[in-house]
Amino acid sequence: MLSDKHLPAFYGLGALILVVLPWILTAADSSYLISTATRLVIFAIGAVSLDLLIGYTGLVSFGHAAFFGVGAYVVGILAFHNFEETTFLGFDGTLTGLVVLPLAILISAVFALIIGALALRTKSVYFIMITLSFGQMLFFLFVSLEAYGGDDGMMMFEGRNVLPILDLNDRITFYYFCLAIFTAFFVFCHRLVRSKFGRVLAAIRQNEDRMTSIGIRPYTAKLLIFVIAGAGAGLAGALMANHTEFVSPGLTHWTKSGDLMIVVILGGIGTLIGPVMGAFVFLLLEEFLPIIFHELGMDLLKEHWRVVFGPILILIVLFAKTGLYGLIFRREG
Amino acid sequence: MTQLFFEQLLNGLQLGMFLFLVSAGLTLVFGFMNIINLAHGSLFMIGAYAVAVLTNLTGSFFVGLILSFPVVAAFALVIELLIIRPLYHRDHLDQVLATFGLILFFNEGVSIVFGRTPLFLNVPEALSGAIQITETFSYPLYRITIIAVGLMVAAILWFIIVKTRTGMRIRAGTTNPEMIRALGVNIQALNTTIFVVGALFAGLAGGLSGPLTSVEVGMGENLLILSFVCIVIGGIGSIRGALLGALTVGLVDTLGRAFLPDLLGQFLDPATANGIGAALSSMSVYLLMIIVLIFKPTGLFPVARAA
Repeated sequence: MLSDKHLPAFYGLGALILVVLPWILTAADSSYLISTATRLVIFAIGAVSLDLLIGYTGLVSFGHAAFFGVGAYVVGILAFHNFEETTFLGFDGTLTGLVVLPLAILISAVFALIIGALALRTKSVYFIMITLSFGQMLFFLFVSLEAYGGDDGMMMFEGRNVLPILDLNDRITFYYFCLAIFTAFFVFCHRLVRSKFGRVLAAIRQNEDRMTSIGIRPYTAKLLIFVIAGAGAGLAGALMANHTEFVSPGLTHWTKSGDLMIVVILGGIGTLIGPVMGAFVFLLLEEFLPIIFHELGMDLLKEHWRVVFGPILILIVLFAKTGLYGLIFRREG
Repeated sequence: MTQLFFEQLLNGLQLGMFLFLVSAGLTLVFGFMNIINLAHGSLFMIGAYAVAVLTNLTGSFFVGLILSFPVVAAFALVIELLIIRPLYHRDHLDQVLATFGLILFFNEGVSIVFGRTPLFLNVPEALSGAIQITETFSYPLYRITIIAVGLMVAAILWFIIVKTRTGMRIRAGTTNPEMIRALGVNIQALNTTIFVVGALFAGLAGGLSGPLTSVEVGMGENLLILSFVCIVIGGIGSIRGALLGALTVGLVDTLGRAFLPDLLGQFLDPATANGIGAALSSMSVYLLMIIVLIFKPTGLFPVARAA
């Protein structure tokens, strides 16, 4: 069992693994897994952003995939108009990454601001149901966008976004690009939760009334973190759209919000690094559980691996609340 | 036009009744046990599959429907004892995740047993006709039956909750759970009963929906989320709120889909009107929920709770 003071070494080891991963995978003749690794890094951004809400502020948001979808659709819609050479509300489409990615973050933040401003008027179980409903609302909005493929979504025919110097269509370059963004986002969140603002959030989680009585408006602080988390998810969505070169309403389906929550819990809430490990294990299960079942001759379970995953999830919730983080680290104090 | 309007009005009522049957259990379980149960939609699905299978076995929809009750009740009982009971005193996050795990389990389980192809059920012979309402306007008997069943369940629930001793305990438990425990009521048995009864309503709704839609994996989930909207609008824990919320959502959704694009067509060119109309009508119930929340954050009929 490690303690909190081993964390920096753990971070270093994790970073080292992620940096050398493409070499290992290429050497092991499994370079197709680089795509999975990229998905891991992108997924981890979404999970870390959700941990800001669930773990650090105690806001159980069940609609986080909505912002993921918004970010992805910003990328997709701009690529679509660039390809068709048409305009969107008077703006030309574009593939320029330096325009598209910041715009994706900004627009997800605006959506989070509107949704958060309304949803945060409520508490506890109402908040869960309302964020779920908002997520579903955006899902149906995307489904109804016939111009952008409706139900089926749309392909990015001209490939990924374009950046100066970096060629994102090269999969190793794209992996490192996502890894760099993930690292920057992780460091940002790490500092955020240890800042004065982070302590305000923790206090709100523990006792909101007390915060109100010492003169801090919980609503403003909660809205701010909701917007930051939404922007983070939007960034992840924009990267995912680039990764798959495909955008569809499925990204915002409520089960995706559920997956994100699972990842956060699986890893350990309120730890940031936990959800990253959670994303790792989740994708590992998704990738290898079918193969393992196949090897064991249980082909029925190969396709339906979730029938095993469901009960595992229930057992984790009932008996191992601290998640993977709690298995590895003993928290001090 | 008026004819179309009446038809859509009845369709809306019928959707509202389905929503009520699902919301009633959801709101009771939450109001009384403080449990948020996502797997409620799975019980809807289990009901539908049970009816489909039993109808094929017995050759009669009605026998199938009645035989499905013990099946759904058995599932509900096992879920309550194994999963829900340990979650009573856990936070909502745990409840959401554990019941989400249940959904994964049931969805995959059902698709292992029945495959991904939907099952189809015919409307039972006795209810297959249409009722002539006016000289020119008729409406399918089966859908009218559903509306009637929904109203009946509402009446029975109202009677139980307002007029009986059990109902008094349920109301008391929703307002102040500690107090009713202290007064020596066997809360455990009451919890289980409420959970199973709520599950039966959801199963009944699923069974009834079989002949109208296809019986398939995940069929309860959209209804579940719409039911959340209903009880948020109506006020969690209140049956009256669930009924009114369900009817409102059913009507707004159905009428919105039917008439919004035309209505917008009066002001906009057809293509734009269709596009915006489709988007707006699919979001209409959520927009309604937002409006309610702005003015009444605890819903239209909040249940009084002791602090």
